[in-house]
Amino acid sequence: MSMRRRGGPRLLATLGTAAAMVVAMSGCSGPAPGGGPTGEVTIEFAQWWEPELPAGSFAGLIDEFQKENPTIKVKLLSAPFASTQQQMVAAAASGQLPDVVGLDGAWVSDFAKQGAIADLSPLLKADNFPEDQLASQVKVNGKTYMIPVVNFVYPLFVNNDLLQQAGVSKAPTNRSEFLDAAKKISALGGNVKGWALPLDTAVPNGIQNDVMSWVWASGGSMLKNGKPDVTNAQVKSGVEYVKSLYDADVVAPGALTMKEQDKVEKFTNGQVGMVIDSLAHITLIKKNNPSLDFTVAALPSEDSYTGKRGIPYASWGIGVSDKSAHKAEAAKLVEFLMGKDVNAQLSTLANGFPGNKTASPDFSKSDPLFKTAFDIYQAGYPANEFVGLPKSDHLQRTFDEQLQKTLTDSQSVDQTLTAVQSEWASVF
Amino acid sequence: MNLSSTNIEGLGVRPAARRPAARSNAAVVRTRRLAPFAFISPTVALITVLTVVPIVMVVGYSFMDSAIVAPNPVFVGFANYLKVLSDPTFLLALGNTFVFISLSTILHLVIGLAFAMLLNTSLLSDVTKAIFRVVYILPWLFTIAVIAVVWRLIMDPYGVANYILTSVGILNQGVNWLATPGSAMGALTFINIWSGYPFFMISLLAALQGVPTVLHEAARVDGAGWWQRFRYVTLPHIRPVIISMAVLDLIWTSQQFALIWLTTGGGPLGATEMLSTYTYKQAFSSFEFATASASAVIVLLLTMILAFFYVRQQTVRD
Repeated sequence: MSMRRRGGPRLLATLGTAAAMVVAMSGCSGPAPGGGPTGEVTIEFAQWWEPELPAGSFAGLIDEFQKENPTIKVKLLSAPFASTQQQMVAAAASGQLPDVVGLDGAWVSDFAKQGAIADLSPLLKADNFPEDQLASQVKVNGKTYMIPVVNFVYPLFVNNDLLQQAGVSKAPTNRSEFLDAAKKISALGGNVKGWALPLDTAVPNGIQNDVMSWVWASGGSMLKNGKPDVTNAQVKSGVEYVKSLYDADVVAPGALTMKEQDKVEKFTNGQVGMVIDSLAHITLIKKNNPSLDFTVAALPSEDSYTGKRGIPYASWGIGVSDKSAHKAEAAKLVEFLMGKDVNAQLSTLANGFPGNKTASPDFSKSDPLFKTAFDIYQAGYPANEFVGLPKSDHLQRTFDEQLQKTLTDSQSVDQTLTAVQSEWASVF
Repeated sequence: MNLSSTNIEGLGVRPAARRPAARSNAAVVRTRRLAPFAFISPTVALITVLTVVPIVMVVGYSFMDSAIVAPNPVFVGFANYLKVLSDPTFLLALGNTFVFISLSTILHLVIGLAFAMLLNTSLLSDVTKAIFRVVYILPWLFTIAVIAVVWRLIMDPYGVANYILTSVGILNQGVNWLATPGSAMGALTFINIWSGYPFFMISLLAALQGVPTVLHEAARVDGAGWWQRFRYVTLPHIRPVIISMAVLDLIWTSQQFALIWLTTGGGPLGATEMLSTYTYKQAFSSFEFATASASAVIVLLLTMILAFFYVRQQTVRD
């Protein structure tokens, strides 16, 4: 009996611990919060934006939304981009996406095909939101699944000091001028090169930012009727031009495994004269090298091209979960963030350009380069054909791997483009 | 249990009165039988949730078409395995992984043993050995992310490595160590060896310190030279540790992902594509979770072969 007295509590404690653990674990995948007893609704908003904005600023905007909509509470689920991506991929697959989700253009097609995200048009129409104010909408099969909230464009960054030392009077405006400037900068010696081409296959966004941007800047396209068309003359011309830059030895060494951050570092350190880079890096570059004299310019086009220039961009997109029980409330949040004033405010905070065409970012406290870039942006058009494509990351990696073969003289440009066309066609 | 029964009977309790006591005894027996299971239940629950369930799920996915991404995936048997095994990139990754883990393990062992013997020598003072010990173990203290960043900078075309090699005349011009298909695998393996040898060194140092000095002295009296003492006295004593460490290192290195991803990403031109990077790309770039699962299961099976040898080695030791 005495043994029983000692063993009983221990046994109960052990069983209790195990039971508590199982309960705790099962709690990890509990249902999303929903309506409260007083008609109050809580919606979840997963995004990577909050960590990238000044501390407290995004929460301030959400507070403003909650004041305007007292019956809607927003629970922010914030994480860095990479972990948000992995969480969203898993959540979309399991039908557990939060009510409102921050989206990257590369995810949209797959999420839409899985039925994880909702068509936004009917939701916006129900609230009479003026869709014509939206700068762009990402559609799959004619339905709007993502709205870009803030756009980050990729103009040409030019090191003024290196350009001057090389005897080049102004930023290049066409391909011939660019090649010439790159050669002259590379001739300066001292480990300096004219251009940087990051082709790391781990994150192959160098294809959209640094390769296809040459095609879009001349009004070209890699798609035809929504299907791959990479063997066309414009894409071929763009790839041949990149190859000519590589062969002319004006590209910083190590391109085949260079990452985007390497490109930014080399430009910041004055090792590269020109790069195509995100405006979001202006602050970083100035912080790391305050004495660097640089400017931004429109991407060079083909010599004979006179039309509008496409400028690559990345977006903070937004969407609504198709499984959300509170789609109307989720749409209210989308509309709030896309509203003229709030969108302008958010763009200013993010150093990006607004997704609402009527919104004007406040450049009074920003670096003057943002105003220059905004003028370039307005003179051209945002171009990123990878947005909304299925397996966008995979498509870029395929292109990257084939392009590397061309750059290392393992195959011709035609062979590369034919191989890419074939690979891409199998994905579509 | 018998003790309780005896006591009760010894008291001369009548059968009718004994019934509640008998029920009570049965409860005690039941409780005691269940107690061991209760004690191990937290561990079992953890292993089940954290290991068994994920493995079973991944194995399940590997037999489905469009696992995870489709609402109603279809059972396709071994189709994903056939697809993976006939993929040239997978076969390339398999070959690269074999080279990578073999070279890494062999050189981890050689360098680890050499440094361990240096730290175990009686020719150096304790202070000198302590300093060397700190210096040698430093690579082990860095996280993989730091190691990747540091070595990317060192091996940059304009980095320290090329500067030194060109300054002393070994190279005429800098090499793109991590960006050239011919050198990327060697450079990556070098970094992995650098980051991993201290673990071998520490383990082998402990083993060397367990070799009885009297055996060395007896061998020396018998006229054995340094090599003979190492071969016939030291090596037999530390062999079990060497084998265990080698098998463990093969398993760990085969799972190396972060270092490869942060330095070369599997490139250039697939020169450093490993099973880990191949699987990751299948899952999170191509969203082919079914083929990624098949690849992961193949890696699991290959690793289990190594684990089998490790367990057998441990059993023999015991």
